[in-house]
Amino acid sequence: MSGISRRRFLAASVAGCAATTLAGSKKAMAAGSFSGYPDGMGVLVDLTRCIGCRSCEAACNKEQNLPDPDKPFDDMSVFDETFHGGKQKRRPDEKAYTVVNRYNTESGSKPVYRKVQCNHCSEPACLSSCFVNAYTKTPEGAVVYNSKVCVGCRNCMIACPFNIPGYSYSSAFDPVIKKCIFCHETRLKKGLPPACVEICPQEALTFGKRKDLIKIGHQRIQTHPGRYVDHLYGEKELGGTSWMYLSSVPFDEVGFDPNPGNEPIINNVKDFLSTVPMVLAIWPAMFTGFHLLAKHKDGHGGHEHDVEEHHDEEGGAQ
Amino acid sequence: MSAKQIVTTLMTVFTLVIAVSLAQAFDSMPGQVTIDVMAEYFDGVEFDHEMHTELGEDCSACHHHATGTGTTDERCVRCHADSDEVAEVGCSDCHYVDTFSAEHINREAADVYQFHIDTPGLKAAYHWSCLGCHEQMDGPTGCQDCHSRTPEGDAFYHADAHASSGDGGGH
Repeated sequence: MSGISRRRFLAASVAGCAATTLAGSKKAMAAGSFSGYPDGMGVLVDLTRCIGCRSCEAACNKEQNLPDPDKPFDDMSVFDETFHGGKQKRRPDEKAYTVVNRYNTESGSKPVYRKVQCNHCSEPACLSSCFVNAYTKTPEGAVVYNSKVCVGCRNCMIACPFNIPGYSYSSAFDPVIKKCIFCHETRLKKGLPPACVEICPQEALTFGKRKDLIKIGHQRIQTHPGRYVDHLYGEKELGGTSWMYLSSVPFDEVGFDPNPGNEPIINNVKDFLSTVPMVLAIWPAMFTGFHLLAKHKDGHGGHEHDVEEHHDEEGGAQ
Repeated sequence: MSAKQIVTTLMTVFTLVIAVSLAQAFDSMPGQVTIDVMAEYFDGVEFDHEMHTELGEDCSACHHHATGTGTTDERCVRCHADSDEVAEVGCSDCHYVDTFSAEHINREAADVYQFHIDTPGLKAAYHWSCLGCHEQMDGPTGCQDCHSRTPEGDAFYHADAHASSGDGGGH
């Protein structure tokens, strides 16, 4: 008699469930602790150096073959433009993958200029949110996307903690996401710095390996007491970004979220996501089993079934 | 010889030595320097070195410890208080044009004993020196105050003849 008792069957299925759950969460944990490619490149943005010349915007426009700007790149009146009742400064869109904004801060005597573009996260929220896998984090450090795959759902625009991805609203039939790609195709892959870095007259943008830029950033803070707030923004924020920032004024005064947390966005959902396969694969079988057993116990099963059950229990006892 | 006489003599000798070395330095000093690292979008700058030496208090304002009176920056004197003058004192001898090239980044990374890991490139070195001082001394600070833009530069900035049509310039 090769009978398996009901008790054994239940014990085994519970153990199986537990194993699946554990394995699932372990895998998800590994995904959440990715600290970036070892030789990934980055840019250290030093807000104390930027003079607001907008040359980086011009270089980006040329390199990425973007449409003509509404105003020339040497027109500084753009710094006075605000949106949404004066609260929102310029942000990147389909016509400009980077913009420079001016802030008159409480802490600083001089205006502070801040360049905005994709920060190329180590664990990008846009990538996590994209259900067609249009996004890729390349070993060189860039977060790129395949606009042929993009279906224009705009999940990434909602997911991005920095409000970076723009949308080609002007395209009626094939709207896609548009954002800074770190000049990946034309420059980064060939070992060249992005166009904005190359044009910057002040070296407000320092290009290098991310791990070296972290050392340089902390060294600048240390060797220039009083010039910087003691924080390298992007070193740890949201799991780390390839573009990092130094500032003379508190970061919230120049439009940064001062405390986005150090956990990558995916950590907010990985626990939930790891249970999805378990729920979909195991719960139907398990609850069907429970249902059948419960039905049987209530005496709804046939007479035959009762006999079989009796045999089984006898077998298990032998 | 009294102590007073010794001090006077020493001071005279010291002054003479400084005068002679300064004279030698000025002899080999360039009067004009052409700066054309961004020659694509802007014309080169004819930098009047002679005029600026008359304005500056000492050479270290631009040349760090490399020439002249040496540096007094408290960060630099720790190692460079007694540094000899170096043979080449031009900006481009230490500040490179290709500072972000793969070759340069890898070369720097391979030199594990390198102390100066954050030396700015040539273009930044010029702009920091010129602009930093001009801001303090109320000198010219606009881009085209120092270098006039080329037609390629106008196109690059979408400015002047290349400005987008239909833009009234207002808000």
